[in-house]
Amino acid sequence: MLNKTLNISTSPHLKKGLSTPVIMQNVVWALLPAAAFAVYTFGLNAFFVIATATLTCVGTEHVLCKLSKKESTVGDWSAVITGILLGLTLPPSFPLWMAVFGGIIAIAVGKFAFGGLGFNVFNPALVGRAVLQAAFPVAITTWTPALLENRFSGVSSSTFALPFMEPVFDAMSGATPLSAFKFDHISADTFDLGMGLVSGSTGETSAVFIMLGGLYLIARKMMNWRIPAAIFSTVFLLSGLLYLINPEIYPTPQFMLFSGGLMLGAVFMATDMVASPMTSLGVWIYGAFIGGLVVVIRVWGGLPEGVMYAILLANALSPHIDNAIRPRVYGTSKRKKS
Amino acid sequence: MFRLQKNTFKHGIHPPECKDETKDLAIRQFPFSPVVILPLAQHIGAPSELLVREGQEVIRGQLLAKANGFVSVPLHAPVSGTIRKIKDVPTVSGQMVKGIFLEAFPSDTQEVWGGDPLDLDTASAEDILQGIQDAGIVGLGGAAFPTHVKLKIPEGKKCEYLILNGIECEPFLTTDHRVMLEQDEDIFMGIRYLMKATNAENVIIGIEANKQDAADYLKSKIPADLPVRIQVVPVKYPQGAEKMLITSILGKEVPSGGLPIDAGAVVVNVATVAEIGRLLPLGRGIQERVVTITGPAVKKKGNYLIPIGTPLRFVLEQVGVEENISEVYMGGPMMGVAVSNLDISITKGTSGILVFTDENTPKKEDKIYPCIRCGACVDACPISLLPLKLGTLAKHKSYDEMVDEYNLMDCFECGSCSYVCPSNIPLVQYFRQSKAIVRKRKSNK
Repeated sequence: MLNKTLNISTSPHLKKGLSTPVIMQNVVWALLPAAAFAVYTFGLNAFFVIATATLTCVGTEHVLCKLSKKESTVGDWSAVITGILLGLTLPPSFPLWMAVFGGIIAIAVGKFAFGGLGFNVFNPALVGRAVLQAAFPVAITTWTPALLENRFSGVSSSTFALPFMEPVFDAMSGATPLSAFKFDHISADTFDLGMGLVSGSTGETSAVFIMLGGLYLIARKMMNWRIPAAIFSTVFLLSGLLYLINPEIYPTPQFMLFSGGLMLGAVFMATDMVASPMTSLGVWIYGAFIGGLVVVIRVWGGLPEGVMYAILLANALSPHIDNAIRPRVYGTSKRKKS
Repeated sequence: MFRLQKNTFKHGIHPPECKDETKDLAIRQFPFSPVVILPLAQHIGAPSELLVREGQEVIRGQLLAKANGFVSVPLHAPVSGTIRKIKDVPTVSGQMVKGIFLEAFPSDTQEVWGGDPLDLDTASAEDILQGIQDAGIVGLGGAAFPTHVKLKIPEGKKCEYLILNGIECEPFLTTDHRVMLEQDEDIFMGIRYLMKATNAENVIIGIEANKQDAADYLKSKIPADLPVRIQVVPVKYPQGAEKMLITSILGKEVPSGGLPIDAGAVVVNVATVAEIGRLLPLGRGIQERVVTITGPAVKKKGNYLIPIGTPLRFVLEQVGVEENISEVYMGGPMMGVAVSNLDISITKGTSGILVFTDENTPKKEDKIYPCIRCGACVDACPISLLPLKLGTLAKHKSYDEMVDEYNLMDCFECGSCSYVCPSNIPLVQYFRQSKAIVRKRKSNK
């Protein structure tokens, strides 16, 4: 007895037991309510767009790993997140071949080119979407109204458009609340906005379901709540200030919060751990930067929406925030300067 | 940001406590093993200097090795018997050091004879420090730093607070808990010696909230002549680290690179104080210590008073363990060492022995994922380092930057960062190696 070879390992011998794939998996679960609601609101179109983006991202990740003779990293679930997120940011009747293109860009350029998981500077899904916005400005701003009667019986003619052919969009296209406000000064009902019963990208319309997923992740300590908190409070304060100055020109703060991609961006994209700062003070600054930029772009920019650019710019800023904002080390008198 | 809670330090973690199975078990005397193995390096500092030879008969309590310099302590015979061999033995960390194999006299009463009592009333501060060193006392919390060294107040400094460390924040361990419940008289006697040695006017016993019974008990026993205050602090790892405890109790920070005395405090583990209070009036050396033996694979879990030098193999045979044991840790699970074989012995620094089988080893995944910059390590580090940044620098061997820009040397290796890392990155291991490399480079210059 007691002559066994013992295992040796280094301390600590206990682990919290929250692993990276488990976190990623839970982000996927948290995205599902928003995705399911997208399918409910926009029907088969949304389903095809989200599924295509997801499959493309996972496939691209797998193929790229194989090509570079590495073990496939599909198992860490991060490519699934990128795919679902990309799908959720696209219009429901977006041509699927374009979604494939976006998915490949998201993984190959947004993630793999930087070195894979943990090394991407930008949120990969947003990189994919930014390229799509530049390449297909018409397709990506053509919206389908919510709750169409025939949404489960058929798909838009644009969905299965042939690659590199100009897609034909159905006649029934609707403006998003943001563009309606920006260009025609029509404000949408806050309840409809919150529920997501408006036109827009597949998954960004329902604040309720996005927040549900976010709260789940926060409760499981898998998301930094400070980031959405900073974004929301900045947007609310800034747009509230503008509204107080002139309610004729500027939308209400609740309209700003619940319209467009702000919810989805703040809860699921700005919180991308890899591309956001690591300290608490750092993420407050990062969130405030995003919130400020969203208001500026929406109010004074040429586009109705600015969440994507705001987050991408903040991603670029994040390493610099980390360098500038360092916690004061215990027992030292000053924060270190870089 | 919204942390307004007082009485504790920033950040830190909450590992499972796992103390329920042994915390209510009173300290029991452990049987004497036929042979004790005594490495001469049982403390931080210079190994003790051998005074005996092979074949010599010694009696329990006799000096076997003397202190080799100021940062060193002597070693006493934990049993009466014959010195069979003097040869290199492995220590917990795997290094080889000179050690004494002492074979106990069979059926000896193992009573201790003699001693040179140190009278509290007539002894000077220097006498007490000398007495503590002569008793071979080191920190029993696990670090095994010679206690008299930290009690020596440098010229120009003042010890305002004597803090007794009854935190025991390592999961599984319950030795300090039992000592506080059972050895109150020794503790208060020890405090008297230490107050005289340090000139401290305030004495605070810091106890974590999960040992409220010990806090209540000690509070009810405080002698009228002692200015002792019991302070209960919230449960959090690594509060047992001196610097963290000082912050929790005094709300002050120890300067980077400094010692507790720079914050006006001296921190001594509560079991160490009890040992001082027990040994100095008798004038004897340390021969045994309390060890928590627990873990899912142990049959007779408990808190045992074990003679120093008892071989680990003998300990496990006595308490009974499962057939298929796979990991044995000496110390707690957060900072303790996994031993590679059972031919090492209980030393003065051994606070616990934890035994696991393959099935019940704390869940560990081997696969290391890339850092996803989740910041969990940043939120865990009790001294606000940036472990993920240090980890990247360690990989690139940028040691100078780690030291100069990111305060590597302030890391005291509590392992909180590794504990929380979802990607399983052995951060604290990187820092340990990096610190060793930096120290080596420095000494080569």
